[in-house]
Amino acid sequence: MKELICISCPRGCHLEIREQGDSWQITGNSCPRGIAYARQEVSDPRRIVTAVVPCKNPEHPFVAVRTDLPCPKAMIPGLLNRLYRTEVKKSIKNGDIVLKNVDNSGISVIVTENI
Amino acid sequence: MKYDTIIIGAGAAGLACGTICAQAGCAVLIIDREEQAGGILNQCIHNGFGLRYFKEELTGPEFAYKMVQKAQRSGVELALASTVTGIKKLADGTFEVRVLSAKNGVQHLHAASIVLAMGCRERTRGAIGTAGERPAGIFTAGAAQKLLNREGKLPGKSAVIVGSGDIGLIMARRLRWCGIQVNAVIEIMPYTAGLTRNVVQCLHDFDIPLHLSTSVIRINGKERVESVVAAPLDTSRKPLLQNSFTIPCDSVLFSVGLIPEMELARELGVKVNPLTCGAEVDSMYMTSVPGVFSAGNVLHVHDLVDFVAEEAEYAGKCVIDYLAGCRPVGEYSAINGSNLKYVVPSRFLPSQASRFLFRPTAVYDQAVLKAVANGNEVWHKKLSFVRPAEMIIADIPAGILKNDTTFLLEEI
Repeated sequence: MKELICISCPRGCHLEIREQGDSWQITGNSCPRGIAYARQEVSDPRRIVTAVVPCKNPEHPFVAVRTDLPCPKAMIPGLLNRLYRTEVKKSIKNGDIVLKNVDNSGISVIVTENI
Repeated sequence: MKYDTIIIGAGAAGLACGTICAQAGCAVLIIDREEQAGGILNQCIHNGFGLRYFKEELTGPEFAYKMVQKAQRSGVELALASTVTGIKKLADGTFEVRVLSAKNGVQHLHAASIVLAMGCRERTRGAIGTAGERPAGIFTAGAAQKLLNREGKLPGKSAVIVGSGDIGLIMARRLRWCGIQVNAVIEIMPYTAGLTRNVVQCLHDFDIPLHLSTSVIRINGKERVESVVAAPLDTSRKPLLQNSFTIPCDSVLFSVGLIPEMELARELGVKVNPLTCGAEVDSMYMTSVPGVFSAGNVLHVHDLVDFVAEEAEYAGKCVIDYLAGCRPVGEYSAINGSNLKYVVPSRFLPSQASRFLFRPTAVYDQAVLKAVANGNEVWHKKLSFVRPAEMIIADIPAGILKNDTTFLLEEI
């Protein structure tokens, strides 16, 4: 049996995961997100990555960004290294793409504020 | 009379409250000393906001952007880069607000009501009296967050985080993602001060050691921080000096709690609740000064911005009622009993459904929250995984609670 704390929302449900043949039995969740989180976490843990990247606007030298989808944990250091070497233009808005489909993962990095 | 209400602070609380008032046709001005509306959300670039209030997961700047848009669409007027230096109650019961800004100099603005939505500031090293030297490299977690996320400046190369508040935990992950070592998080209590999910995704994900029931007894370093000395606490909560250990680092981040920013309110004569350090409010979220309301972290420290926004919306509805001439009549009082640090609000109207917010002081896996009046239990709610880090919310229907209801928490 494996125990996990769901990080899908601030409630932080204590999940218990038991292997049953080919599938997992998950208990302790309060909503379907808990089941999805536990399945993902035991097979391929992912996180939303947030960071700031340099911006050409002198009044906003850095702009906040995030991945549009949760990113496999192993991919995070490489993604961050690329992000820190990326500079965005002076004027940028919520949802603009900074890096598109990183390494063919289907994950893009988007801006989260308006400048 | 220029404004129906002037709101001090354009963070989540001020924006949510202002939107509700402006939608009802009130003339609303929100004043903030920063150049950008959104308050502390703008430097909280991580995700995890809005699941409850917007039904989607957002980062701080995204949450702030949505709040500002809603406020602007509703017709709220914003005065940014403007500092309120005083609020005066006039003889006719209205208010004069003194505002200072580079653009307009000193202005005296008038309003029929005031909403206090100034949020909190951080407790510092001085507030907890950490001994040692005073080198460079000592920050509050929020100050380090602002440096890193707004100005792109790294606080150092290796850090120790004192206190396990949410900002400290979030900063541990942020530092690691910037290539900075985080050598330890040191918490004086036997449990973490932050949300469990933040312990998981910010400490466990990075194998950052968490020392509970441990105190920092000294900071070393002449010009720059060189190390901290920590010691575990014995059962009487005294440091066991013989077991002390040294952790090398060049930065120390303090995440040791928040204090409601109440200076303006105190000058106005608003009565402070010593348990929350915020204002004492009635069922209308009105303070001891009639016409002055309070909501958000300046009222009591919340875990989630979603709850701040909900509370401020409710306060906004109360402001509208106040402007229409409503006053709370026939209020009952609510008292906090065992294992609860406080209950907000401390007065309620028995004829209407009420929301109460509590801060527990105990760690229980299973507990029951009880409302007791004249020795009889009148209401209860079962709770799981009670932690001081997690606020308890109770929505109680009308007609159930009696006067002088005491709320208490028991383990089951």
